[in-house]
Formats: sequence, structure tokens, C-alpha cells
Amino acid sequence: MIEFQLDSTSGVATYLQLVQQVHQALQLGLLEPGDQLPTALQTVAKLAINPNTVHKAYRDLEREGLVKARPGQGTFVVKSLPRTDPATQTRFLNSMIKWLRDASAAGLGPDDIEAIYRTAERNMFVEGVA
Amino acid sequence: MTNVLKTNELGKQYGHKWALRHCTLSIPKSKVVGLVGPNGAGKTTLLQLAVGLLSPTTGTIDVLGGRPAENPSQLGRIGFVAQDTPTYARLSIVKHLQMGAWLNPNWDSKFADQRIDDLGLDRRQRAGSLSGGQRAQLALTLALAKRPELLLLDEPVASLDPLASREFLQTLMEVVEERDVTVVLSSHLVADLERVCDYLIVLAASKVQLSGDVENLLESHWRISGPRRDARDLPSNQHVIEESHTDKQSTFLIRTTQPIHDPAWKIAAVTVDDLVLAYMKNARDVEHQPLSTLREVS
Repeated sequence: MIEFQLDSTSGVATYLQLVQQVHQALQLGLLEPGDQLPTALQTVAKLAINPNTVHKAYRDLEREGLVKARPGQGTFVVKSLPRTDPATQTRFLNSMIKWLRDASAAGLGPDDIEAIYRTAERNMFVEGVA
Repeated sequence: MTNVLKTNELGKQYGHKWALRHCTLSIPKSKVVGLVGPNGAGKTTLLQLAVGLLSPTTGTIDVLGGRPAENPSQLGRIGFVAQDTPTYARLSIVKHLQMGAWLNPNWDSKFADQRIDDLGLDRRQRAGSLSGGQRAQLALTLALAKRPELLLLDEPVASLDPLASREFLQTLMEVVEERDVTVVLSSHLVADLERVCDYLIVLAASKVQLSGDVENLLESHWRISGPRRDARDLPSNQHVIEESHTDKQSTFLIRTTQPIHDPAWKIAAVTVDDLVLAYMKNARDVEHQPLSTLREVS
């Protein structure tokens, strides 16, 4: 069983910190299919956070197909973290390099590029949930 | 969504001074609500109106579908822990529990006994000899053993050390997970409440400045900064909460549910702390503006 920790200075939403810690534990092999996640009760009793935060994190993980809630028993890992296909990674890496070259040729600096990336990411997220 | 507490134009006046005014709000069921505001904003007044310790000067308040304290059974459904978690100093813990059992028809003595054991307290000890943290836990235990549907806590952790405060909130969150209870916690410090609340009400200058689901509030407020610009030139869907300018740069805290497309802006997410401070500052500035400027604004 893993134990959640919170970094209150990270600026990352609490539920997302829980999701990320499960992802990391899966990648590191600390969690494997069949393993149980801490219950919401254990987690709130340790971290003094709102139970809905834990439920939200577990719902996200369940939607990703990584864990499954068994009523009355708890939440269990059902899948290792699927790794991205290396060919797909290379394809997107290459198109990103091309994009960066174009941006640089157009006179954009690293800060401009980062600002554009953040804006694009955030707008996609806002539109995605709206 | 059902509301467990609903006020309409609620006001309470002491002499010439309004402790609370034009307070219209609703608290949805099963939330953990942070009632935040500066000292003197009316938080305690609102909570005392909700339990019937005070009666309104104007407006209405409805709690669990009835008037506050209209009958004993209505009172039995509400748990209230007043500021500084009062207990009877000369009574022992066991006497407190007996009294709770006599006074409350739904008293859960099993829960109360278990909690006192978990806290490692000696039942024969007088409440007056407990530490601040232990006394707060005793007061919370008494309120919870009533099995309330609504639990109101006035500044519950203000006087506790960090460890006692954490333990208090741990207990509270365990109960929220185990039962269907709506909790309202007041505080003048956001940091106390940020982890535990999923609903936020900012009360300042005796009015509600902001109210809503924490998640929605964080998704609809942004801090944007860029080349100097007048607030009036922002798109109409961007409502300015706070602004500051230098000769070249402008920074705004805005509320919007629309994407921000302007590439000139550097956009940052806000924290609950940012929100509370911005709305509190807003309220103070409006309060202190001369009347002529106020008219101009509206």
C-alpha cells in the first residue's frame, strides 16, 4: 500500500497531486494490478483534506482505466500504466521540433514560446471542460 | 441541489451599527463550507442567527427547512461549536457526556465514548484542566455525538497550535467521509480551511462578496498581466476583481468563464488565498470610497 503526501507549496491542485502520486507509483512498480489504494477514510484522516478531493482523484484514475472501485471493499489497481508507443512519441517530438524551428525563425524567443504553449494548453483545457 | 441554509436580505443591527446586512446566500447540502472574512465581518453574527441565539433585524433565515431554533427537534439536528470551544470548566469529561445524552434524543454514546478513547483522554478529568486542543476535541465530540445534519463551527482552529489544529481537522474530515453532514467553518485565515473546504463564502463589510464551489471559483478566476491597459478595454466577459498598474504594465485578477485568447497576456491560475484577499480588498475599498465615486462606479 502506498501513502499519500501533500506538497502545499507546489501550486498543484490536491486531487491532481494524488493522481500523480498513483501514476508515479505505477511507473515505478510500487503499485501493481490487484494492489489496494488507501481508502478515502485513511487518506482524509492522515492529510486532513476534504473527502471529495480523494473521491475525485479516484474517479479520474478509474476513468483512465487504472483502478476500479469495488463496493464495500475499496479501490484496487487493475492495470499498469500504459506506456506511450515510442513511435508516437517520436512523431510528436519531430513535429514539435519543426514547430520550434519555425517559431524561432519568426523571431520568437523561449519566453514567447513558453507563453504561447501555456496559453494554448490552458485554453484547450477551459474549452474542454466548458 | 437542496440547501440546508438559506438567507434572504438577512440583517442584524446593534444600535446604529449593522453587524450583517443584505446577506443573501444559500449553503448546499453535504458541503464543507469555509466562511471566510476579516474580523468584524459578521461571521459570528451569521452563525448565531443560524442557531437562533440571535434574531434577525431584517430579512429571513431558513435552516434545514425551518426557522432557527423553532422547536427542540430542529435544534437537535444542528451541532454548534461557538468560538473558543466553550466547555464547563468544573465538570468532568464523563459529566459532559452524560449531559449530552440527557439533552439530546439522538445521542450516539458509542461514538462519543470511542472518540474520547481515541483521544486518549481520562474521563474523570475536568474540562478546565484540558489543553486547548483537547478542549476543542471535546467540544467537537459533543457536537458530533448529536449526529447533526448541519454542523456550525465558529473559528474552530483559531486558538489551536498547528498540531492540534491538524488533528481537529482530521477528526472532522473522517466524520464527513463517514456521515452525510454539512459543515460550515468560519475563519479569518484561509490557510486553515483551504484543504478541507469544497465551498467558499467570503463575507466582508457585513455582506457576501463571493460564494460558490471552490473548484468552479478556481476555474473561473485568472491573474493576467501584460502591457499597460485600461480595465475598460478588456472584453466584456472579463470581470475585473483587482487591478494594479505601473507605467508600462497592468495586472488584473479577472473572473471569466470564457477562454482568454489575447496572446499579450501572461496568464496564471489563482489560489483560494488570492481569491479571498482580492474580494476582501475589493469590499474594503468600496466601503471606504467617498459617496461621489461610488455613484460614478454604479
